[in-house]
Amino acid sequence: MNRSASAQFATPLVDFTVNGKTFSVPQGTTMAAALLHAGIANRQSVSGEPRHPLCGMGICMECCATVDGAAHVRTCQVEVQPGMNVVTE
Amino acid sequence: MTSFDVVVAGTGPAGMAAATAASANGASVCIVDDTAHCGGQIWRGQGSDSATHPTDRRFVQLQSALESGRIIVRYGNRVVANPAPRVLRLESTSGSEDIRFHSLIVATGARERFLPFPGWTLQGVMGAGGIQAMVKQGLPIEGKRVVLSGSGPLLLAVSAYLIREGARILGIFEQASTAQIARFGFQLLRHPGKLRDGALYRAATRSAPYRTASWVTRARGQDRLQSITVRVRDEISTIECDYLGCGFHLVPNLELPHLLQCQIEAGFVHVDDRQQTSVEDVYCVGEPTGIGGLEKALCEGEIAGLVCTGQSAAHLLNRRDRYLRFARELDRTFAPRPELNEVATPDTLVCRCEDVSRQALGSMHSWREAKLHTRCGMGPCQGRICGPATEFLLGWNSEHSRPPVLPARLSTLAGTVDPL
Repeated sequence: MNRSASAQFATPLVDFTVNGKTFSVPQGTTMAAALLHAGIANRQSVSGEPRHPLCGMGICMECCATVDGAAHVRTCQVEVQPGMNVVTE
Repeated sequence: MTSFDVVVAGTGPAGMAAATAASANGASVCIVDDTAHCGGQIWRGQGSDSATHPTDRRFVQLQSALESGRIIVRYGNRVVANPAPRVLRLESTSGSEDIRFHSLIVATGARERFLPFPGWTLQGVMGAGGIQAMVKQGLPIEGKRVVLSGSGPLLLAVSAYLIREGARILGIFEQASTAQIARFGFQLLRHPGKLRDGALYRAATRSAPYRTASWVTRARGQDRLQSITVRVRDEISTIECDYLGCGFHLVPNLELPHLLQCQIEAGFVHVDDRQQTSVEDVYCVGEPTGIGGLEKALCEGEIAGLVCTGQSAAHLLNRRDRYLRFARELDRTFAPRPELNEVATPDTLVCRCEDVSRQALGSMHSWREAKLHTRCGMGPCQGRICGPATEFLLGWNSEHSRPPVLPARLSTLAGTVDPL
């Protein structure tokens, strides 16, 4: 995502996978921002609605997903690391 | 278990100022925060190269104090419980830990007040501060069409930031009336620093239409946000946009003060002249004592840091009182108007964690009854979002906390407290 900006500032890209599919984002991007930009819902609500970040500051819990096997991780608090594996909930 | 003279909860401006003042007076200090960086929400992503504004220079000073090695900094740690007197239980991804304090300074900041409206769970609808946080976290915004709505000075600050990042702000819709905003502007004459900030923000957002007495009534879209409906006085119009940032001023984060049984008065932590709460040796600084912004937070933090290490803070009290008066002006001006109560329709979700609609809450009489019968406020956010919403919509008192104040692992909760 945002490749032109990352080329301009020479920010290295980081590869990661979401539900088995590979994406890349500039280093320093949080998982919540990466998923929102890719249009991928973090989780399904209890009635089946797709949900996306609301507060951006770790309070609303809407951006929770499974990160490297750990369930219910607030993805707005996690910077994407190379090879990180995310499964939406 | 490690013991400290002073433990500070929160690495925003108030916490940073408190920790720095206490440490400078020889106390052993530990500062704890859930996030991986200092600066809180207001100084999120602040680089030391952009220190041109006086308060930015203050950030650089405080950041270097935190990095000096004299202060123990525990990033990525959330306070989940208070398992024994003067003990806090922290949890991080690597495990849990108890720390003992002589004095505790609570600097937990604030969050946005969210009021539900049809479509507020769509992708692309966030808080006003929420969208700023997401952009600072790497969300590309250049060329995107953004609407900001809700209430408070944050709307202008966020628009100025987003314009700088290349967004197109299609409108800023403030629910307060023109008369309220004018009165507020007049009051600002007593606070020259704030007046200057306000003027700078307005200048930076000249390209964006700013409307008072207006609010978003609906967000629409297939899969993601495509348009919003806005009511400006009596006129209804539709705007196509990519993102909506909607937040109604701020509410304090009171979970930790509640857990510690600090007295709360009219929605804020009650403190004395020395920032001490009703609980001995527990101090509270920044937004939880009144939403007043950066300068108030820095001033109160410094007062608490000085007082808990036996120093005088007399030279700061006049300034603090002036900031408190400003906080009260903010509250008065940006309190949500009664008409906003009509925006949420019967099928609008109020509790997003448990998908509880407004209709489902209709026959409930209290927050507690709603929790028991509908699961409203029982999900992972523990009522942090829907609590303030039900306070406004239904007049309930949702102020209540019990451990764990955030979801925690069973192993964390099961731990016993080591004797000294």
